[in-house]
Amino acid sequence: MELTTIWFLAIALLFTGYFILEGFDFGVGILLPVLGRDDRERRVMINTIGPLWDGNEVWVLTAGGAMFAAFPHWYASLFSGFYLLLFVILLGLIVRGVAFEYRGKGTTDRWRRGWDACLFGGSVLPAFFWGVVVANMVRGVPLDDGFDYTGTVWQLLNGYALLGGLTTLLLFTAHGAFFLHLKTAGDIRERARALGWKLAALTAAPAAAFLIWTQAAHGDALSAILITLCVLSLIGALVLDLLGRGALAFACTAGTVALASAALFAALWPNVLPSTSDPMNSLTHANAAATDKTLGIMTWAAIVFLPVILLYQAWTYWVFRKRVSVNHIPVA
Amino acid sequence: MDVLDLARLQFGVTTVYHFLFVPVTIGLSLLVAILQTLWRTTGKNSYLRATKFWGKLFLINLAMGLVTGIVQEFQFGMNWSDYSRFVGDIFGAPLAFEALLAFFVESTFIGIWIFGWDKLKPSIHLACIWLVAFGTMASAYFILAANAFMQNPVGYQINETAGRAELTDFGAVLTNPVVLAAFPHTIFASWMTAGVVVIAVSAYHFKHERDLDVHRPAMRLGVLTTLVGGVGTAISGDALSKVMTSTQPMKMAAAEALYETTDNAPFSVLTIGSLDGRTGTPVVEIPGLLSYLATGGFGGQVHGIDDLNADYQALYGAGDYAPYIPLTYWSFRLMIGFGMLALAMAAIVWWSTRHGRLPSRRWFWPTVMWMAVTPFLANSFGWIFTEMGRQPWVVFSLFSTEAGISPSVGMRTVALSLAGFTLVYAVLIVIALKLFFKFAKAGPPSEEDALASASGPSDDPDKPMAFAY
Repeated sequence: MELTTIWFLAIALLFTGYFILEGFDFGVGILLPVLGRDDRERRVMINTIGPLWDGNEVWVLTAGGAMFAAFPHWYASLFSGFYLLLFVILLGLIVRGVAFEYRGKGTTDRWRRGWDACLFGGSVLPAFFWGVVVANMVRGVPLDDGFDYTGTVWQLLNGYALLGGLTTLLLFTAHGAFFLHLKTAGDIRERARALGWKLAALTAAPAAAFLIWTQAAHGDALSAILITLCVLSLIGALVLDLLGRGALAFACTAGTVALASAALFAALWPNVLPSTSDPMNSLTHANAAATDKTLGIMTWAAIVFLPVILLYQAWTYWVFRKRVSVNHIPVA
Repeated sequence: MDVLDLARLQFGVTTVYHFLFVPVTIGLSLLVAILQTLWRTTGKNSYLRATKFWGKLFLINLAMGLVTGIVQEFQFGMNWSDYSRFVGDIFGAPLAFEALLAFFVESTFIGIWIFGWDKLKPSIHLACIWLVAFGTMASAYFILAANAFMQNPVGYQINETAGRAELTDFGAVLTNPVVLAAFPHTIFASWMTAGVVVIAVSAYHFKHERDLDVHRPAMRLGVLTTLVGGVGTAISGDALSKVMTSTQPMKMAAAEALYETTDNAPFSVLTIGSLDGRTGTPVVEIPGLLSYLATGGFGGQVHGIDDLNADYQALYGAGDYAPYIPLTYWSFRLMIGFGMLALAMAAIVWWSTRHGRLPSRRWFWPTVMWMAVTPFLANSFGWIFTEMGRQPWVVFSLFSTEAGISPSVGMRTVALSLAGFTLVYAVLIVIALKLFFKFAKAGPPSEEDALASASGPSDDPDKPMAFAY
């Protein structure tokens, strides 16, 4: 296999890992005002992801760093072209990250409410705009012969991309509900379960529309298979939740996120950022890539370190495997 | 103001801001690890209380460093896409390595450390904070290696067709003489910074004579860290200035506003007259010191700005190859000056508190607390000097800053994001400082509370978490 193919797969894997892991983090943040009836319940929710969110977020930093190193043109065109979308995502991630650490360090209601709003907003914005970013990446944008974006920010808010954003927003929210079903105990767990299948049902229509649109406009045989499996996986989550099988339902939304992400990258291949103005200006895995020398070094680093990372992150999940209930929350 | 100015301003604002928190993270993670180790080895609960106290302050700082770090990685692509295209083959790899080898370690194990007091065996829990401490240092190495390429490009060749620099020797990139000197310089400065923070916070409690069983050992550790860090910063800074002289002679000349090539060049501590030092009158001057800093000998020859400019014009074509001299001249002095102040303060505190003494003058401890700003100013001026002193290049001798800008990004976009980041950062620093002061003043937890939350794994499934957000 060519090194550029390997690194296309690696970038796809890193983004997919990020969407699976931070997807439920975002979902928990979005559901905070919905499922958390009082401060203690909201703290239960926050503490299910408290020890994990930071490690989950590194996936996107690694994806960004790897994209910079392996496909400098992809990184340069995407980040400069999608500037304001990423700016909004960054603002969301900033206030959300600080909110985790600072929320519990004040005592007034106003203080906690303020940070709850940051957790909610800081989850909604990235959950929606990552969908917009990836959808535009698959759809393609006008690029000039220097691979620079020639459109406006409004062109990035097209129907297809907005539908993509809505899909990730709803899907991550459902994913978060199943995660809470898995990781909490007591009243809140029941409410998470009752909400889970409804959210999955709500996700189904836009997700199916978005994925079928993707398949019709950009798809191939592989993406067709992945999209079919993705839709089945979402239906599976819904059914399993109704049957009270929370852990399996969560595995199914994780699968939905993974398959949707994989389908989008499959639809993107062999491009990395297609040009809609002139196909000659499309960025592909070949013309966007770094040298084989750099890719080779990175490949060795990834082969050695990715398994180690997976091991110790899995260990974290094992350490914090216990369900959290209101009884576990110490009085502030 | 044009797009270039705004993008540079944005990089300056976000980077200097980010680097307020980075040195504290590097230094305090180590100090917290040392305190926790002292608790484990001596069994003295005052060390546990200190670990809890400093751990909390460390986390208030870490949260800010973390979220502002994401902006840094995205910013190269957002504002500097042509720079990213030019250097990506070389510059991206250290960033990716940083994420794979260091950032994953830091972020995963800090989560375990924060929440793991009642989940893990004490020895494993202790290992987590050490991993965080090493992770922050490894992080610093890769980032500085990437920056070193901008100061002194090595291990590359220019591919004319592709219009970019391409990697030929990754080992050379990672052992760039600039990173070999800048890494110890940054780590020592971080220790000094964290040490001064520890001194200043402990000073508050010394002033009120509260919990001295916890704060006296912490003060001693802070003083020791500052002294080691301060002396190390000076020695590594001297080594770095010699590397700089051979790799970027213009920066050295700009540091002194030395226009003509001079043997036995003096170092002016203070100059009055014109801001750029061309017609200035030095007030305090140390003969031969600049030559010593640059070459290692008091009689050594230091090349002047005008001569270097002429050389560069012959090499790279018409243009002005000197940075903005008033800024390099003053930031270099302020970096050294504030660093020296921090070091001197630590020495005075050590002398005044030796053998259990308590200084009695009313102004003593408040002055020490205010001195906490000195290492932050020194760090900021250091980065301003090293980055502004490289101008007009973004990659020295290869690529101009002007050429690195994103062609597709307009004035309004950069202005909007600059305003947005500045506003959010301004609000956040007020909150972060308020929290830091609040918990710094509150002091360590009682021995009872500290022990209760460090009890190790429990069999009771309904026991409340030792720590929860």
